[in-house]
Amino acid sequence: MTVLLAATAAALFGIGTYLVLQRKLSRIIIGIALLSHGANVLMVGSGRRGRAPIVGNGDVDSLADPLPQALALTSIVISFGVTALLLALAYRSWLLTSDDEVQDDLEDERIAHRGAPDDDLADSDELAWIEHDPNGEEAAP
Amino acid sequence: MTALVTLPVLLPLVGAALSILSGRSRRMQRTIALSTLTAVLAMSVALLVEVDRHGPVSVQAGGWSAPVGITLIADRFSAIMLVVASVMLLSVLVYAIGQPGAERNHVGFQSIYLVLAAGVAAAFLTGDLFNLFVSIEMMLTASYVLITLGGRLEQVRSGMTYVVISLLASVLFVAMLAFVYASTGTVNMADLAGKVGDLPGGLRSALAVLMLVVFGIKAAIFPLFFWLPDSYPTAPSPVTAIFAGLLTKVGVYAIIRTQTLLFPDDTRPTTLLLVLAAATMLVGVLGAIAQGDVKRILSFQIISHIGYMIMGLGLFTVGGLAAAVLYTVHHIVAKTGLFLSGGLIEHAGGSSRLTRLGGMVRTAPVLAVLFLVPALSLIGLPPFSGFVAKFALVDAASERSSYGVMAVALLVSLLTMYSLMKIWISVFWSPATEPVPDGAAPGRAAAEPLGGPPLMVAPTAVLAALTVAIGLAAGPLYDLSLRAAADLLEPSVYLEVVGG
Repeated sequence: MTVLLAATAAALFGIGTYLVLQRKLSRIIIGIALLSHGANVLMVGSGRRGRAPIVGNGDVDSLADPLPQALALTSIVISFGVTALLLALAYRSWLLTSDDEVQDDLEDERIAHRGAPDDDLADSDELAWIEHDPNGEEAAP
Repeated sequence: MTALVTLPVLLPLVGAALSILSGRSRRMQRTIALSTLTAVLAMSVALLVEVDRHGPVSVQAGGWSAPVGITLIADRFSAIMLVVASVMLLSVLVYAIGQPGAERNHVGFQSIYLVLAAGVAAAFLTGDLFNLFVSIEMMLTASYVLITLGGRLEQVRSGMTYVVISLLASVLFVAMLAFVYASTGTVNMADLAGKVGDLPGGLRSALAVLMLVVFGIKAAIFPLFFWLPDSYPTAPSPVTAIFAGLLTKVGVYAIIRTQTLLFPDDTRPTTLLLVLAAATMLVGVLGAIAQGDVKRILSFQIISHIGYMIMGLGLFTVGGLAAAVLYTVHHIVAKTGLFLSGGLIEHAGGSSRLTRLGGMVRTAPVLAVLFLVPALSLIGLPPFSGFVAKFALVDAASERSSYGVMAVALLVSLLTMYSLMKIWISVFWSPATEPVPDGAAPGRAAAEPLGGPPLMVAPTAVLAALTVAIGLAAGPLYDLSLRAAADLLEPSVYLEVVGG
């Protein structure tokens, strides 16, 4: 049983990590969800196993440890709420850019370009779209 | 006295609920938020006085005894942090109310801000590792909403990075809790303090490193800082200011608390922490030098200064920890003040890009002073708070003959000065080299003699005055930090209070 839980957690962590490393927001969100499931399974697996921990369900020593289950329940609720928020954000991002690809940090790119030897010649066209719009309504290139 | 421990968490939550209910009236919402945070400030000051006189105060929520129930505990360190946090929360709220703009008028702003306040207070007061997770989540979830409130493209882009990174840290946190529970059978910190020592060395090191990674992401220490300068600058300035002041510091608090309380003397990762501290300081300040935007320079400096706090912890002496406590207090005040004045610069100049700003020493002289005071404090010039904190830190390092990290700390101070001078020269002294884009009002500074609305200037001025006050009252404050540090290194009183 514990081996099964550990294997499940490992599989969830593995798939989740793979998905989080993708460029598409939708995959990242699924990846995050899988990762948090993995952590929750790990949490459930950290306690003593046994019968359902209900008063009168036999000897106390034969019951499962209820504390990690309560902790896992709390963290499930939290990850549920935050995943919903993440989905809303991704939807907003899709509405604004009609694309769910994660964009690079523009300011970082600007600074990386600043040191280039052909600063004001070759890069000027490329940099034009990086330039901030004061209203923040930036068109994707 | 026990009410003082629970109310700083409960009151803001009740306030948040009331604020949602009175969503129709902005005035009502503001009254609720202001009075709640004022009450929290008063209570946390009372708590600090009480704790400093009579030792830690603890509450077992719901009447369940220590290892199973939820423990709330205030010792000197957490009470100090709570007081500073309450001052910041209150001043930034006043600033946010004074700032014109759509986001602060959003119906949810006040209540989410109060939830953030409750989360920060709960993180400082909890005595239970799982409860720490819940409080940090409470604080972070509020911060996710605050950072994206307004829903502009740039905010959504950087907010997404922030949320995903924070969620990864949370996943690791839950995994860490599972490992801790599986190996010790408890998540109560006082209970763990005794049990972690009995674990085999390898397991103990693994837990210590996992905790360092989890809290290191939140605190933005060296290899785990990359999310911060990307996400902080896009939020509205009061939000950035409160994030800069408090959120990373909750991570630092958690690192200091777990590394001192849970792990026995001889197993502490001194060298690792000192190397990380030096790298954090250097990388942060070098990043700051490369930037060309006020808010981004300030954001990179947060990282650099987290290094100083970790350095104080890494020394693991009473002097080092006292310096870390003092440095954290100083940094929260100075950094929040800097971000608030950065927001005023943006308000008066219409941009936060260095090339678009200029000549403000003439158009907004008050603002120049409000920027200069926390800036000089951050560099570490006397008589400001930064001097005292840095002096304590360097003194503690030399006592322990850690000259390498000491040299880095001093060098980084110089580089900090360089990066702040960059802001000072291009914003206040030299003329703008790039025209301000349309939509902004370059003449706005001239119309307002203070450089901004009085409600924005007043809290900035209070924080600037506070960093001078910390510098002047350094003696008693350092003594208090020494007592807090002694408690951290000798947690017997803490353990006794939770157990009894």
